[in-house]
Amino acid sequence: MKKLLVIGSFLVLLVGIQFLLSKFFNPYLIQIIVLIGINLTMSTSLNLINGYTGQFNLGHAGFMAIGAYSSAAFSVFVHPILISHLPFVPESILKPMLFILSLGIGGVFTAISGLAIGLPTLRLRGDYLAIATLGFGEIIQVVINNMDSVGGARGFSDIPEYSNFFWVFMIAAITLWVVGRLTRSAKGMELLAVREDEIATVSLGISSTRVKVTAFVIGAFFAGLGGGLFAHFFTYLHVNSFTFLKSVEFIVMVVLGGLGSLWGVVAATILLTILPEALRAFSEWRMVIYSLLVIITMILRSKGISLKNVFARS
Amino acid sequence: MSQFLQQLINGLAWGSIYALLALGYTMVYGVLRLINFAHGDVYMVGAMVGYYFARWMAGGSSVPYFLLVLAVSMIACALLGLLIERFAYRPLRNAPRLNALITAIGVSLFLEYFGQYLFGADPKFFPSLLPTWEVFNFHGVILNNIQLVIFIVSFLLMLALRYVVLKTKTGKAMRAVSFSHTASYLVGINVNRVIAWTFAIGSALAAAAGILVGLSNPKIDPLMGLVPGLKAFVAAVLGGIGSIPGALIGGLIMGVAETLVAGYLSSTYRNALAFIILIVILLVKPTGILGKSTQEKV
Repeated sequence: MKKLLVIGSFLVLLVGIQFLLSKFFNPYLIQIIVLIGINLTMSTSLNLINGYTGQFNLGHAGFMAIGAYSSAAFSVFVHPILISHLPFVPESILKPMLFILSLGIGGVFTAISGLAIGLPTLRLRGDYLAIATLGFGEIIQVVINNMDSVGGARGFSDIPEYSNFFWVFMIAAITLWVVGRLTRSAKGMELLAVREDEIATVSLGISSTRVKVTAFVIGAFFAGLGGGLFAHFFTYLHVNSFTFLKSVEFIVMVVLGGLGSLWGVVAATILLTILPEALRAFSEWRMVIYSLLVIITMILRSKGISLKNVFARS
Repeated sequence: MSQFLQQLINGLAWGSIYALLALGYTMVYGVLRLINFAHGDVYMVGAMVGYYFARWMAGGSSVPYFLLVLAVSMIACALLGLLIERFAYRPLRNAPRLNALITAIGVSLFLEYFGQYLFGADPKFFPSLLPTWEVFNFHGVILNNIQLVIFIVSFLLMLALRYVVLKTKTGKAMRAVSFSHTASYLVGINVNRVIAWTFAIGSALAAAAGILVGLSNPKIDPLMGLVPGLKAFVAAVLGGIGSIPGALIGGLIMGVAETLVAGYLSSTYRNALAFIILIVILLVKPTGILGKSTQEKV
């Protein structure tokens, strides 16, 4: 009962803010706020893989691209057919249902690709995995660039605009909730065990490959949702939005927030999404500052900026 | 057939450059078990130093002048390598390996974006340090002197490296450190100094690769190191990481394979090829062609 109340009041809050935003805020501010939500989904899902499980994924933007393109393709190619077959359903109900369907398709498709990538590569040790995932991110870009049905190098345009503050933050909240709950459960402890000492974990009879693949697939699923939200907010996609640098951006969020710290990463994500906008005047310095932040964080405080790291190494 | 031979020559020229870069990766990986992501950017700095030095000298094109530019750039990058090692990697010597890897990405981004600020983001055109002519033209298969210079310089540098690693005391210490830091320390090797030497030598080789690329593909820019750096790493893995002859073989295979794919299939697949090779090699033989397998112990 209490849970329902919390969820209900959260939804009311989201709808209220959505109403206020669309009434009183300019599109630029709305865009930044929505980007914070999308980045929260992305960094939290990466945190599950990199932070909690200790597997270094350098291709998270590749997952985002798969989610964005597959859900957008579903919206563009399948929605008109569904709409024409369901004329009796009022549009105000049909549209959100279709959007959820698109997001789900994007997420599931990305999760399947995560499984396909993860099964072979997750047997590799940390740094090899990093390079393999990086390579996967690059391959995705080449593949999308050569796929003419989704626009190829011209970009994918005319995607229906469904995403808004409400959807983006609802998905972000679900991601945070799932990752937070998962990592505190017994299954989640396996993730931490693999991060802390893989050999010891295996000797306890836990299949480390299964644990790693599970984390990878769940992380990929939420990254796919993030990509779907991204596609349906900007209504235009181009592979240049999903380069290696994008993956690095998410990694910086996770590293700065503290690998395996839920709220630290949330704080870092909000900070690092607003910071570039605040530093518009010094835009050429942005990435220089980013890179120095990463180096200095790693050297001085390898656990990130969060004050309390629940699962800190002793 | 003549087209195939031509592609082969071009591929071997590219492959030699990859091999020079792969040597740096393989040496650093050997002593530190670290993928030095910044290595590709050191190669960019090498090309940039060569560009600015040559422009400042304005010495036209001759062999001694080319060698001077090469030497200056190699020394500058050796110093850069020492700086990177001292300030970014040494403080993390005892930290988890993932932290060092993230730092390496940070250093790479720093060099790229500070480079963009320092050198400007627009591409520059490397001065032609050597006059170009055809060494031979056999039924349309052309080998020009630039390609010949690439072969000769990289071959000599690899011989020099082989000499350093196998015949000198520093080289012996490097091999010891790559086995075990603790044991090397116990027998009186200054581990930090050996690692610094490794970075200096690897970075100098990267600078040489940068100058050679400047000769054959004169367009240079601050982001030029990113993709070749990654491919050279793949080449190092392909040959067997930690193995110096492996880096050579991996680099040459990579260069030839890439040129053939670009020539016969489509140049858009060129960038994907390296990573497909990587994923296949990691699945089939993760130790690479010449690598030795090691058992992970508790």
